[in-house]
Amino acid sequence: MMIQPYLIDVALVDWSRAQFALTACYHWLFVPLTLGLAVVMGVMETLYVIRKDDFWKRTAQFWMRLFGINFAIGVATGIILEFEFGTNWSNYSWLVGDIFGAPLAIEGIVAFFMEATFIAVMFFGWNKVSRRFHLASTWLTGIGATLSAWWILVANSWMQHPVGMVFNPETVRHEMVDFWAVAFQGVAVTKFFHTVMSGWMTGAVFAVGVSCWYLLQGRHKRMALASIRVACAIGLFATLAVIYTGDRSGIEIARHQPMKLAAAEGLRQGGEGAAFSIVPGVEVPKLLSFLATHNPEGFVPGINDLLNGYSHHGETHLSATEKMERGRQAVEAFGRLRANLKTDPEAAAEARRQFDKNVAYFGYGYITHPDELVPNIPIVYWSFRVMVGAGMALLLVLILVLWHERRGRLERQRWLLHLGVWSILLVYAAGQAGWIVAEVGRQPWAIQDMLPVGAAVSQLETASVQTTFVIFALLFTALLAAEIRIMCRAIHQGPEEKGE
Amino acid sequence: MSTKTNALLRVCRFYYEGFRSMTLGRTLWLIILLKLAIMFLVLRLFFFQPVLEGLSEQEKQEAVGRELLR
Repeated sequence: MMIQPYLIDVALVDWSRAQFALTACYHWLFVPLTLGLAVVMGVMETLYVIRKDDFWKRTAQFWMRLFGINFAIGVATGIILEFEFGTNWSNYSWLVGDIFGAPLAIEGIVAFFMEATFIAVMFFGWNKVSRRFHLASTWLTGIGATLSAWWILVANSWMQHPVGMVFNPETVRHEMVDFWAVAFQGVAVTKFFHTVMSGWMTGAVFAVGVSCWYLLQGRHKRMALASIRVACAIGLFATLAVIYTGDRSGIEIARHQPMKLAAAEGLRQGGEGAAFSIVPGVEVPKLLSFLATHNPEGFVPGINDLLNGYSHHGETHLSATEKMERGRQAVEAFGRLRANLKTDPEAAAEARRQFDKNVAYFGYGYITHPDELVPNIPIVYWSFRVMVGAGMALLLVLILVLWHERRGRLERQRWLLHLGVWSILLVYAAGQAGWIVAEVGRQPWAIQDMLPVGAAVSQLETASVQTTFVIFALLFTALLAAEIRIMCRAIHQGPEEKGE
Repeated sequence: MSTKTNALLRVCRFYYEGFRSMTLGRTLWLIILLKLAIMFLVLRLFFFQPVLEGLSEQEKQEAVGRELLR
């Protein structure tokens, strides 16, 4: 049976992707600071409760105020992503309903009850509830935000590595068969810690940057130096954790998304003892193999290997063309099954057998050319270098700031204070670049190997997607401008000072 | 009953006094309400109608099934 190529409106797919990317990027400006400042203010308040020194209370309250500004302006920006799921990605939303329903429902309940309850106590409860109850509320606000992130990241990880589910062609849905596999698979656990720790880094670097600014201005010195000590400790811990989880993430990607790894390295031809590219033309021998397999002689497939197929250690990996052929057979069987479901049970059963045989390649049935399986290499390659380079630079800045602070000479290192302030931009660049690697790197898949973006998108007018793209760009830019303006005003105003 | 009522009153008073004593919080609440109004009264109503809204489960299955077989 001849199968017609799946008809894809490339402009519609690109605009829908751009709209989702825009919303997600803006959303991710607010989230990491919420996660990170929650820890900064939690530690400050813990010091207040332990030491019973009002200085720490005022310091905690100052960071809490900045947390509140970021939280208020960022809250609900994620809801727009859910609007987009229903409107722009309706096929995808229906297909993943079972998988996404549970994590997102839990996220909604946890976020609402924990954050809404404890954030009120945190802001309104000073001098009204006991110190310990207030402290618990502050930490629970942060824990609520972190648990929210967990379920969102579980859903995202499932798209990168779909496990614990079966695709039912009769209901046209992925149905969950193992909740624990979905919730605690290696990709989800690694992604959660990597992402949350990057949020801690953001909060810590933000606190260091603001404190450096105070030192440059010669204001609030005691609070600035104390905040730098706490934030540097959190930042260093988080940076080391990000490096460790990044290493784990490399292993997971090599295992489950080898094309993403090959694109991030611009690796056309793979092999054993693969070199890591620092920048084009500068390589470290065997490092890529070590990072991807923890063996300097390990085999890493390149883009051409993945497209043309390869054998390694007796295991054969199919070429893209073969996968596409099997995918077409799966899609064709899916069509026959649905056509015969009510009229011819025998034909439907036979179609089901054919479908089950090739279901692992279902998504390839929508791919019209092997080149579509290669993500945008320059974007993924350079984003990866921005993420890693910025992360390493931040580690160095945090070490230097803490080193000079401990020796009591930080205030004289004005170049370092300036660097501390500018590091705020660097930490955001690292976070955004990380998500670009994760999301652009997995293209063309909305769900890895199962559903490409071309089949996931709703058939809307491209012009209407363009219109909402512009509306979002304006709305989010206005929110970001409001955030920066209010935040700068609060920072300029500074903490309450008493007898310092 | 009276203990429950007292607890409820204390919670209500806690929130009432908290909101009354806000300074910067008033501006932030204004931004939150404005943002939610734009999101739910403009974007959701006029631009983001869920494509499958109003269909039964069976109709949704068929609609997505058709889309995947275009």
